[in-house]
Amino acid sequence: MSLIKTLTEKPWERKGVIGGLNPEGAFESPPERVALGFFLTIASVIFSMFGVSYVIRMSLPDWEPLAEPSQLWLNTGLLAISSILFQWARNIANAGKQKNLMTAFIGGGVFALLFIAGQMVIWENLQATGFYVASNPANSFFYLLTGLHIAHLLGGLWVWSKSSIRLISGSKPEDVRLSIELCTLYWHFLLIVWLVIFAILSNT
Amino acid sequence: MAYVPLADQDSEMEMHHPHSWVTKYVWSQDHKVIAIQYGGIAIAVGVVALILSLLMRMQLGFPETFDLIDPSSYYQSVTMHGMIMVVYMLTALLLGGFGNYLIPLMCGARDMVFPFLNMLSVWVYALSVIILMSSFFVSGGPTGAGWTLYPPQTTMAGTPGHDMGIVLMLLSLAVFIVAFTMGGLNYVTTVLQYRCRGLTMMRLPLTVWGIFIATILGLFAFPALLVSAIMMLFDILLGTSFFMPAVIESGTPLDHNGGSPILFQHLFWFFGHPEVYIVALPAFGLVSDVLSTHARKNIFGYRMMVWAIIAIGGLSFVVWAHHMYVSGMHPYFGFFFATTTLIIAVPTALKVYNWVLTLWEGDIRLNAPMYFAIGFIFTFIHGGLTGLFLGNVVIDLPLSDTYFVVAHFHMVMGVSPVLVIFAALYHWYPKVTGRMFHEGMAKAHFWITFLGTYAIYLPMHYLGFLGVPRRYYAMGSTDFIPESAQDLNAAITIAALIVGAAQILFFINIFWSLRNGKPSGPNPWGSASLEWQTPDTPPKHGNWGDELPTVYRWAYDYSVPGAHEDFIPQNVPESEEPTADEQHFDPDHDASKADA
Repeated sequence: MSLIKTLTEKPWERKGVIGGLNPEGAFESPPERVALGFFLTIASVIFSMFGVSYVIRMSLPDWEPLAEPSQLWLNTGLLAISSILFQWARNIANAGKQKNLMTAFIGGGVFALLFIAGQMVIWENLQATGFYVASNPANSFFYLLTGLHIAHLLGGLWVWSKSSIRLISGSKPEDVRLSIELCTLYWHFLLIVWLVIFAILSNT
Repeated sequence: MAYVPLADQDSEMEMHHPHSWVTKYVWSQDHKVIAIQYGGIAIAVGVVALILSLLMRMQLGFPETFDLIDPSSYYQSVTMHGMIMVVYMLTALLLGGFGNYLIPLMCGARDMVFPFLNMLSVWVYALSVIILMSSFFVSGGPTGAGWTLYPPQTTMAGTPGHDMGIVLMLLSLAVFIVAFTMGGLNYVTTVLQYRCRGLTMMRLPLTVWGIFIATILGLFAFPALLVSAIMMLFDILLGTSFFMPAVIESGTPLDHNGGSPILFQHLFWFFGHPEVYIVALPAFGLVSDVLSTHARKNIFGYRMMVWAIIAIGGLSFVVWAHHMYVSGMHPYFGFFFATTTLIIAVPTALKVYNWVLTLWEGDIRLNAPMYFAIGFIFTFIHGGLTGLFLGNVVIDLPLSDTYFVVAHFHMVMGVSPVLVIFAALYHWYPKVTGRMFHEGMAKAHFWITFLGTYAIYLPMHYLGFLGVPRRYYAMGSTDFIPESAQDLNAAITIAALIVGAAQILFFINIFWSLRNGKPSGPNPWGSASLEWQTPDTPPKHGNWGDELPTVYRWAYDYSVPGAHEDFIPQNVPESEEPTADEQHFDPDHDASKADA
């Protein structure tokens, strides 16, 4: 839709049915995808707010940078594989095929679970070596940002688990196609968010 | 496919039909029931906040006479009154209540896009209210930090509710934001995707525009509050120092170090100022429709009104630091925010002119909703003008934290939206219940409320000029405040008690009229917008019977020359208009499919 065209319409002049079944201004997408678009924007705002807070807090004198564990690279790889598997599942579902769909979709979620487990291991190691959440603001932000990212992943895994159950119980690909597509979009988004968080944590 | 009319989804609608009392009235997925649930909870919690304000006024007006509250409970009342009114009452009622009821009806939809999510939204909202109210019953009571919750004072001994009270407040806010997000996603998606055939965005009533843009503001502004709530909870519960600086409490250094209280203020007001417009924009929309309907004239400058709503929404994100002039900032920073603050007055003033011009030479019907709507124009101009004072740094500095500020924000975002809410409640009451309210009682309610609020807030401006500080339990003796100021305080309290008591009239009216009001018929005001054209009043589940409506025109065809009535509903095609001078003809229009 053209925003300017929409907003400059003179409604008192135009009469009759306009737009047929698609009222002007509606997106050419299912409502679920439109809602997900809004949700991803909101999530971006949340992470951006934390990002701004991070930068402001970092400029204060008591900031002691945290040496990020190298295991983060491994975890990043796990999340990337998860995202790739979701994309694979999306491609299969879009093609209307069945073969490997379950492997790709369920595999994507499993790798996300492995990523979360990996992050937990990092938390354990940091705690064991004395890097507690309150020791320094850099530590606090590390736990906070990684925790928040995990919380978002858990929300996605809840939807993934529901769709997985439908797949396992014999739903046709076209019945779960939208769920798979939305999960894939969400996973790509969380991968990008994680890459940004990782870049900020590693470079400060 | 972009759009599937819900009417074509029989199995879908069947799935949502309630089958028991519980699914019809408790776990209901019907937007109208959810709206009433939202509204009921919001009004109930608003009454609690009203009572708290009256307790404060009793203390301020007659400090030696009553012994109802001590200094701690005074601060707790200030805090809870503010937070409840702004977030749990106004936001919830305007978006959760009116948004839920009116969006699907005005869009010609059967329900919200995601009814289950909508149901979750209201019950998560109820949970947030329960968490907030539970802070009255925990050790130490609710937080008394002021609704702005500024650290470090919020979490330090000496501030009432610094232990459990503040934790419950932050938790409740986080839960509220979850509820709002679930509702908000529904509102925006429904407006964008579930409009009926022929209903373009620019044919939407301004109510929908106001709620739509306010919801987008909320979806982008509440994250700032969520982020600050999470970080403050970390500071309190885990001992981090996001906001907490090195500080000594009762001679003992606390474990915090190096945090930035100013960072909290920025985050809070990045939410806090758009919050003003989250409340104001739906009120602007609602009052536009009430004024237009009862003036029997199309809203003046519809496109300008839409643009102004969008402009105000955008600008509301770049004015936040005008709440922080006294926190200290670079002079250019102050200059920037003073400038943006004054700029936002332009689209706002434009709306006021358009409301007045809508009334100009209208066939005004002075019934109760119109009284409240016109009353709003007065209070909003009043509160808006004092906002121009406070938006300027040099004037704000001496007036900051005085009763001038209290008077300003109560006029502009307390009284004004509340008058609109009453206008809207009376206006849509016949559609919701199928009955008319008692007109005389409603007008008495208006006059006492309207004149009473002026009796309360006009003197407060004067107190502010004298330098009387706000948030003080008792003034004690000072050199700069004359003793006569206390007489003014006593008068304000008496007016507040009268206004508070007058609200009983409203409750008597709406409950009495449920049984005893005259049957209203489907469209007692002769309104052109879609919600008044439902086949049943009150609308049944699914709203539109067998077939969704088709829209042929905008929502403001009032007093069209040549028409046999002074309004033409949105779903009446041109072919059924008995007009002689109609200029516009749509060759695509198929009159045989019209469902007028």
